[in-house]
Amino acid sequence: MNRIDQKFKEGKKLLSLYFSAGHPNLEDTVPILKQLQASGVDMVEIGLPFSDPLADGPTIQESSTQALRNGMTTEKLFSQLEEIRQEIQIPLILMGYFNPMMQFGIEKFCQRCEEVGIDGLIIPDLPVDIYHEQYQTLFNQHGLYNMFLITPQTSEERIHFIDKVSNGFIYMVSSASVTGAKNTFGSAQTDYFQRIKKMKLNTPTVVGFGISNAETYEAATAHARGAIIGSAFIKFLEHQGVERIPEFIKSIRK
Amino acid sequence: MNFNVDEKGYYGDFGGAFIPEMLYPNVEELRQNYLSITAEPDFKKEFDELLKVYVGRPTPLYFAKRLSEKYKTKIYLKREDLCHTGAHKVNNTIGQILLAQRLGKKRIIAETGAGQHGVATATVCALMGIECIVYMGELDIQRQAPNVARMKMLGAEVRPAQSGSKTLKDATNEAIRDWINNPVDTHYIIGSVVGPHPYPDMVARFQAVISEETKWQLAEAEGRDYPDHVIACVGGGSNAAGLYYHYLNDKRVNIIAVEAAGKGIDSGESAATSALGKEGIIHGSKTLLMQTPDGQITEPYSISAGLDYPGVGPMHAHLFRSQRAKFISIPDQEAMDWGLTLSQMEGIIPAIETAHAFAALDVCKFGPEEIVVFNCSGRGDKDLDTYIDYFKL
Repeated sequence: MNRIDQKFKEGKKLLSLYFSAGHPNLEDTVPILKQLQASGVDMVEIGLPFSDPLADGPTIQESSTQALRNGMTTEKLFSQLEEIRQEIQIPLILMGYFNPMMQFGIEKFCQRCEEVGIDGLIIPDLPVDIYHEQYQTLFNQHGLYNMFLITPQTSEERIHFIDKVSNGFIYMVSSASVTGAKNTFGSAQTDYFQRIKKMKLNTPTVVGFGISNAETYEAATAHARGAIIGSAFIKFLEHQGVERIPEFIKSIRK
Repeated sequence: MNFNVDEKGYYGDFGGAFIPEMLYPNVEELRQNYLSITAEPDFKKEFDELLKVYVGRPTPLYFAKRLSEKYKTKIYLKREDLCHTGAHKVNNTIGQILLAQRLGKKRIIAETGAGQHGVATATVCALMGIECIVYMGELDIQRQAPNVARMKMLGAEVRPAQSGSKTLKDATNEAIRDWINNPVDTHYIIGSVVGPHPYPDMVARFQAVISEETKWQLAEAEGRDYPDHVIACVGGGSNAAGLYYHYLNDKRVNIIAVEAAGKGIDSGESAATSALGKEGIIHGSKTLLMQTPDGQITEPYSISAGLDYPGVGPMHAHLFRSQRAKFISIPDQEAMDWGLTLSQMEGIIPAIETAHAFAALDVCKFGPEEIVVFNCSGRGDKDLDTYIDYFKL
C-alpha cells in the first residue's frame, strides 16, 4: 500500500510540511527530513526548485532561487535521497513545476522517484486533463500518486473529475492566492471548507496555502484531514535553522 | 498541415494551457468566450472603428524604392510604426480591452519589458477609463525611464517586479500572480502570442489585421494579393504572427522569421530561441525556450528589449519545427547598422526590434520580380538613447 494511503488510514489529523530542497543550504535536505520525522510530522513535500515558480509567493520563490544558487538540481536531489528510505518512513512527496521534469525526462523522472522511494508528486502546472490523457498510466506504473489542487473558484464538476482521477489526497488551496502566510481564515474560507466537506469526496482533502500557526492549522483541520505549511516553515528555517525544527512543530501542534 | 491553432489549443506539438489550477477559471472563462465575443457584429464594429479613428488604420503599405533598387527586388514596408503609440502592439490592446469590457472586468493588468506593451495597455485603459496596473522588471524600469513616465502620464500604476532576474519574464510571473490573487474582476492583457491557450490565438487574431490589410493593399499595388516573402522580427512573435496570419496556409508565400542573436549565438548572450531553445513550458505554454540542461529558464540578451524573451510563441515554434518558416538570427551590430540604413535610405527610423528584420536582406537572396513584405513593426523614438550611445550621435 502507498505510504500516503497508510497515513490516512491512521485516522488522525495530518500535519505536512513543505520546504525547498537545497535551502537554506545545499545539503540540508536529509537533516531537515530527519528532524521533521523525529518531531512527529506526518508527511513532507520536498520542493524541487524552479526559476519561475508562478504559483508561489515571494517566500517560496526566494528560497527556490537560493536553492538554485546553492547548486540544487534534479539529479542532485535524487542523489541526496538515494538512501533516504533506510531512515525515513513517513510519506515523501516531490512538489515541483513541470519544465524541469520534462528536461530530466518524464519517464526517467518517475523511475528515479520509484527507486528512491518517493510516494507521490504535486505538479502545479500540469493540469488534471493533460495528466489524465498523457501521463497517468506512466505514473501508475511507477507506483506514484499525483495530487491535484482545487481552489474556491474550482467548479463542482471539475472537483468531481479531480476526485475521480486523484489518488492520495486533494490539495485544497485555502483562498484565491499564491502561496504565502496569512494569519487567520475569514468566513469565506470557512464556507468553502464546509462546502467541499459536504461534497463527500472519495479522496481525502488537505488544506494548503496560508497556514502559518496553530490557529490556522486548527481551523483548516476542523474541515479537512490535514494541513500543509510551506512559507512559514521556510521563514523559520531561514531565521532559526534546521536544529530548531522541533520548536516550530510544537508551536503548530501541541 | 494546418498552421492555425487546433481545438485543444495546440499548434502541432506546441501550445496548450499548462497552468496551475488557480488560473484555470480565469483562462477557461476566456477560452469559452473569446471566439463568440469577437465574432459579435457589435464587437467587430467597435474594434474596426477604433482601429480606424484612434489607431490610424489602415497603415500604409509603402513601396521602398531606394531599398528595392539597391537589393534588386520589390520591397514593401507595412507601416505599423505609424500606429498610435508607435508600434503594432496597440492592435492587440484595443481588442483585449473591448473583450475585457464585455466580460465585465473592472481592472486590467499587463506585463511589459521595454514598456511598449505597457504604454499600449495604459493607453487603451485611459481611453476606456479602466484601472490599469503594469508589471515591469525593476531593471527595465531603470533602463526605460521615458516609457515608465508615459505609462504614469496615462494614469497607469507601474509596479516593479523584484523577483528573479527583475526583467520581462519576472514581470510576466508577477502579472500571473496578480491574476491568481484577483480572479474575478481582473483581465490580464498579455502583449504577445505567448502564454496559455487561448492567448496565442487571441492575440494573433487581433494582430491579423496587419496581413488582412496587406492583402488588399498588395492587390491594388501589384495586382495580386500575396507576396513571395513575408519577413518580421520575432521575440514573443506578435507582429510576425500578424503579418503571417492570412498567409500561414498559402504555400506560395515564403515565411521568414528574424530573431535576435545578441552578441552572437554562441556568446552566451543571445535571444535566438529557435537556435538555442529546447521544448519545454514557459508561462503556461509548451514551446521552445532557452533553459539550462536542468530545465531552469535562462535570461536572454539582445540590445533590443522587445526581443529578449527566453521563449517564442507556440505558433512560431510550430512554424520552425515544421520548417514552414525559415528562421535566421541577427546580431546586435547588424541590427543597429540597419537602423541607420533604413533611416538614411527611406527616411524611416525603425525600432531596434524592427531593424533586425531588415537584416534578412543581407542573408537571403530575392529575385528581381519577387515581392518582399517587411513588417515595419515599430518606430525608433523609444530607442534614441541606445542609438545615440551606439553611434555617438
